[in-house]
Amino acid sequence: MKKLLAFAITVVLIATCLVGCGGSDSKDDNKLETVTEGKLTMATNAEFPPYEFYEGEKVVGIDAEVAEKIAEKLGLELEIADVSFDSIIPGVQSGKYDMGMAGMTVTDERKRSVNFSDSYATGIQSVIVKEDSPIKSIDDLDGKKIGVQTATTGDIYASDDYGEDNVKRFENGAAAVAALTANKVDCVIIDNEPAKAYVEANKGLKILDTEYAVEDYAICFSKDSEELQKKVNDALNELKKDGSIQKIVDKYINAD
Amino acid sequence: MWDAICNWFADLGDQLYFVFIEKDRYQQMITGLKNTLLITAGALIVGVVIGVVVASIRSSYDKNKESMKLRKGAGYYVLTVLNAICKVYLTVIRGTPVVVQLMISYFIIFVSAKDGVPVGIFAFGINSGAYVAEIFRGGIMAVDNGQFEAGRSLGFNYLQTMRHIVVPQMFKAVLPTLCNEFITLLKETSVVGYVGVIDLTKAGNVIAGRTYSYFIPLLTVAAVYLVMVMILSFFVGKLERRLRKNER
Repeated sequence: MKKLLAFAITVVLIATCLVGCGGSDSKDDNKLETVTEGKLTMATNAEFPPYEFYEGEKVVGIDAEVAEKIAEKLGLELEIADVSFDSIIPGVQSGKYDMGMAGMTVTDERKRSVNFSDSYATGIQSVIVKEDSPIKSIDDLDGKKIGVQTATTGDIYASDDYGEDNVKRFENGAAAVAALTANKVDCVIIDNEPAKAYVEANKGLKILDTEYAVEDYAICFSKDSEELQKKVNDALNELKKDGSIQKIVDKYINAD
Repeated sequence: MWDAICNWFADLGDQLYFVFIEKDRYQQMITGLKNTLLITAGALIVGVVIGVVVASIRSSYDKNKESMKLRKGAGYYVLTVLNAICKVYLTVIRGTPVVVQLMISYFIIFVSAKDGVPVGIFAFGINSGAYVAEIFRGGIMAVDNGQFEAGRSLGFNYLQTMRHIVVPQMFKAVLPTLCNEFITLLKETSVVGYVGVIDLTKAGNVIAGRTYSYFIPLLTVAAVYLVMVMILSFFVGKLERRLRKNER
């Protein structure tokens, strides 16, 4: 009897919490509701040049500048929170941040947990190998040990294409590349821009000419903030039309 | 109200299916759990062996240095050198983070090792050994010196006194602290993902990165660790009670 009572109380408590959470129905008077009033809070992981990185104390890069423009259009002030990549989604889902923007690729599986804006940039997954490697093109990857950064799209595609057993996951790109130079893996699949930086920094590495995959980057939102998502999307599309986004991308990627 | 509860459970069911069952993602959790257990068990054995060796050297030195100094035999010099080596080992291992030790083991010491699991066992074993050694030494030093003297006056030599009188008492006293160390070790292995091994924590992260559903993998991982620690504590508690039987 006591146990039953305890169970009933637990259920009631949980339900109350849920109802409480769901209670923030829109009191919409044409004003955007954000986490902090008047501010657009964006979560990113500023270790991913040229999309986001530090210049002195400030986070800059393509994502940061695009977000700045969007905030301007919405009449909000942009605030950037630099957190670890794994903390972006939980932060957005639990309502700590308005949106997440960190070169995030849209996949069908991810769409079921968060909402995405339209894509604002494309990224390329490249393959890094040693200069004397027998891997000459993507076709040679079968059965080779592939190093990736955990939970990145390189990880997802490679484990789908070549099997879990052939994929070795590292905490960051630098560790995966270190494993490549130490012959622990045969190649590393990673975003093209960081790949260039790694090849430049480490002797004896090169990037394969053919790209492994092309993907769309988008901004992610909690399933609950459709209103904000729509507004940001509209702003994004306007920016695409008037060429400001292209200008920002050119500034960081095609400038040289 | 009732609907809200029903919906919540239905939703949870969908989420669980999506996160774990679809595409057999639970397999990753099982691989992760296996690796976590394997590394913990391996490191535990390595750690205890190192701990026993280092603790015997250190406490023998502490207990015997006065008498051996007078005799100035070869044993004194050997023990002094061994003691110094142990001290350096303890200082270095306890003075650096285990993640750093793990990375150094994988990328610098065992450059040719492809599999991270044995490297993990090595690194965590060496690390745990330092703490176990100090736990044992603390236990030996805490046994009243009168016990030791009594043993000697009964005609036991140093090793016999240790084996029959000091160590059994020491073991009982250090068991809770030792259990603490094992629990810490189990949870510490969660950083082994740094060297490309899928352990329980990493498996949770991999699933979360794929599905962008973070809370369920996170809570599941937490629950599995909790259950493992509870099982470990249960058995240590049982052992403790059995060892205390002679006190009644």
